[in-house]
Amino acid sequence: MSDWHTSTLTQLAAGLRARKFSSVELVRACLARIDASQAALNAFISVTREQALADAAAADRALTAGSGGALTGVPIAHKDIFCTQGVRTTCGSRMLDNFVSPYDATVVAKLKGAGAVMLGKTNMDEFAMGSSSETSYYGPVRNPWNPQLVPGGSSGGSAAAVAARLVPGATATDTGGSIRQPAALCGITGIKPTYGRVSRYGMIAFASSLDQGGVLTTSAADAALLLREMAGFDANDSTSVDTPVPDYVAALEQPLAGLKVGLLREFFDKGLDAQNEQRVREALKVYEQLGARLTEVSLPNLPLSVPVYYVVAPAECSSNLARFDGVRFGYRCQKPRDLTDLYSRSRGEGFGAEVKRRIMTGTYVLSAGYYDAYYLKAQRVRQLINADFTRAFGSVDVLMGPTTPTPAFALGAKTSDPITMYLNDIYTIGANLAGLPAVSIPCGFVQQLPVGLQIVGPHFSEARVLSAAHAFQRVTDWHTRVPQGYA
Amino acid sequence: MILRWFSHFATRAANRPMALTREQIASIAALARLDLTSAEIPVYQDSLSRILDFVSALDRAHTTDVAPMSHPLPGLSQRLRPDVVTEQDRHEQYQANAPQLAAGLYLVPKVIE
Repeated sequence: MSDWHTSTLTQLAAGLRARKFSSVELVRACLARIDASQAALNAFISVTREQALADAAAADRALTAGSGGALTGVPIAHKDIFCTQGVRTTCGSRMLDNFVSPYDATVVAKLKGAGAVMLGKTNMDEFAMGSSSETSYYGPVRNPWNPQLVPGGSSGGSAAAVAARLVPGATATDTGGSIRQPAALCGITGIKPTYGRVSRYGMIAFASSLDQGGVLTTSAADAALLLREMAGFDANDSTSVDTPVPDYVAALEQPLAGLKVGLLREFFDKGLDAQNEQRVREALKVYEQLGARLTEVSLPNLPLSVPVYYVVAPAECSSNLARFDGVRFGYRCQKPRDLTDLYSRSRGEGFGAEVKRRIMTGTYVLSAGYYDAYYLKAQRVRQLINADFTRAFGSVDVLMGPTTPTPAFALGAKTSDPITMYLNDIYTIGANLAGLPAVSIPCGFVQQLPVGLQIVGPHFSEARVLSAAHAFQRVTDWHTRVPQGYA
Repeated sequence: MILRWFSHFATRAANRPMALTREQIASIAALARLDLTSAEIPVYQDSLSRILDFVSALDRAHTTDVAPMSHPLPGLSQRLRPDVVTEQDRHEQYQANAPQLAAGLYLVPKVIE
């Protein structure tokens, strides 16, 4: 079982069903890889060893009895933003360092119901606010391709864990690029589904009009399998959309020929690293050879997506994070003088620097006298960006472009200037503002570092987007590359 | 285009017109119930000023007659459900995370003398 990491999650699920190996064997092998890598990568905040082995043993009994589900016995990890009953759920923050969730997030419950075995909770930027996984209270995550570099963020722990083949798949969340950007920087596949496609119940809220849960895997086929089990209506999430979940796995093989691909003109400009661009252009050639029809499209308001995001997301975060007050759960300061002191010091000491920065930005843009100039204005520009996408999808099936401007950058390189860090999400934020599904897949390397291709589709077109990604992965092998030291 | 746009901010940031004052930062922090150390204030003074300058790019967009967009799936309205009790009493489980409790109540410093 020491070579499980050369298999995809889909293959592992099939191997378990065929009883070629047991879930206990597979889980033990994954745990060994997690242990061996933790000092170098810091991908996990918690490893739930005993529970995982017990769940794996139960999965083996179910498989023997022939009562297994689609994912029975398959090991996965959850981003530590998803509540897990009886297991510490920190969101990468000192604020929740002692928080043991009394319930499971719907995503966690659904994957558990499908038979998946959780191995632990992955590291992340504090409250998912960051693009490098450096803001975690539990220390930065490192990129398996080069430990001097960041894995991207905020789902950097999940991305590093999948890229280093510590687990075959992991959950993640995406508010401005937090699934796709780390997928690109770690050389794996990630999907952010349509807003409302995956329940956000038990997924700790950052910016409620943007947040969406998804997955990180090594292939589009694996992402389709996990997403099929995770997605769907949930009465516990008022933003959940009640529309049937297609069989994303069955839809993978739909023909690509004739697919109308729009190339986002605004993404191919001087901000894009020349070598990154070359890899993306080569991938687009592959699509052309597969029968896709490429045309250039322009979304003139898209360059304003980062400023819109840095008004809307902080505003919503300042409201969502008001619940952390040191009273009902989470961090409480020592010896509060009075109630205001209890709130202010618990929050001042419990939150890290970037979280405080965003809460204050949000507080400012929502405050009397500034609401119209910032928040309302940003919502209006968001409408313009959304209209740009709607117009584009009138003439093309999907949009393609780079996921990030550059490959992975060095730890500490962008921590001193928040704007430089924020601009890392320049190509990914648009899909969040418009609520669109988008994937990132590996499409080549620049100086031994992976590069991501982004595919964005209209609302609820996950099947189309995943099948387009799958078509590329059938004829290329970038997604099978494993970082040195983890092969 | 994006780079040009970015360098536009870089130059503007150099002669920023609207730096926030120490007092403004203290007031925002008070509104947000965040206790800041005196060393933190200048850090946020600088970064919040830069962020506000950065987002002022929105002023360039013409938005007359454009409705604000608060939900990414337009046309969907908030779902209603029958007014029936669906939650069970699980206060003991929920309160297991509380910093301070007495007789099933959350304890905070005295509010009224």
